[in-house]
Amino acid sequence: MRMELIQPFINSADAVLAQGLQSPTSIENLTMEEEAYRRKGVAAEVWLTGEIEGRIIFDLDEETAVRVASRFAGAELPESDELVRETVCELANQIIGNAVTTLNDQGFHFKVRPPTLHTAEQGSKSSEDTEALVMCFNTVSGNVFMNVALRYHRRRSAERAAVAG
Amino acid sequence: MEQFAPVKRSQDGQPVRYLIVDDSVFARKNLARMVESFGGQVAGEAGDGVSAISEYERLSPDIVLMDITMPQMEGIEAAEKIVRDHPDARIVMVSSVGYQENIVAALQRGARHFVQKPVKPEVLYEVIKYVMREDGTSAQSAGAGA
Repeated sequence: MRMELIQPFINSADAVLAQGLQSPTSIENLTMEEEAYRRKGVAAEVWLTGEIEGRIIFDLDEETAVRVASRFAGAELPESDELVRETVCELANQIIGNAVTTLNDQGFHFKVRPPTLHTAEQGSKSSEDTEALVMCFNTVSGNVFMNVALRYHRRRSAERAAVAG
Repeated sequence: MEQFAPVKRSQDGQPVRYLIVDDSVFARKNLARMVESFGGQVAGEAGDGVSAISEYERLSPDIVLMDITMPQMEGIEAAEKIVRDHPDARIVMVSSVGYQENIVAALQRGARHFVQKPVKPEVLYEVIKYVMREDGTSAQSAGAGA
């Protein structure tokens, strides 16, 4: 997997979490996975289509989601299923949106589908060209997992290479 | 949350009334807390562009904070429709997708400003003051974080 595709998502997750939580984050357990994704808590999945295609999953357990929501809001919020779902999806929205901004400004064009809750215990298995990069952001509110499986669209990639010469 | 010098309507000294449009309840609540810390009043909320238009008609808010990516009708299209019928509408786009193309499209369709998520209260405060000042609104004292 190409790091230039992944780096904006790492930078964006780091910036959004650090700003929202008012505390620095660190990355632990950076791994490449070809096995099927196994959900750890409440997960939001976002698909990209266009010159870059694939999916990103954000995953955090319920207690972490409530703590994250409370830190973002600057007030203690009561735990509820809706709050947990909203938090995971909005976190995904903000992180993906910031990364998409960077990639778009670099000349990549693609569409982002709105986040959907990933309810299956296990996701589809990665293929050789969409191997997933899995990382854990260690934050003051708990662990936030990000699973990124992206690739260049084959035809667009060939066109881009041809233009480049 | 940090408190700011209240932004008031210059014509009557009343709090600025906001319509907050975002498909995420979580995002709406966060924005509501911010505008309340600016001395504002949340007149209403909407979760998509279609509801935003009807809520604008019903509430005539002083300012609209509008997300871009929403179901049914996106924020840029909703902003365009509101401004077409209400040329004085003050709409500030608030989105995590802040690339040039999107910002230009929003401004060309009548939005007054753009704020990228995650929203920093001090940035939103300055944008609100700027947008409202265009039509004559005052903050009780200059600067954020008073």
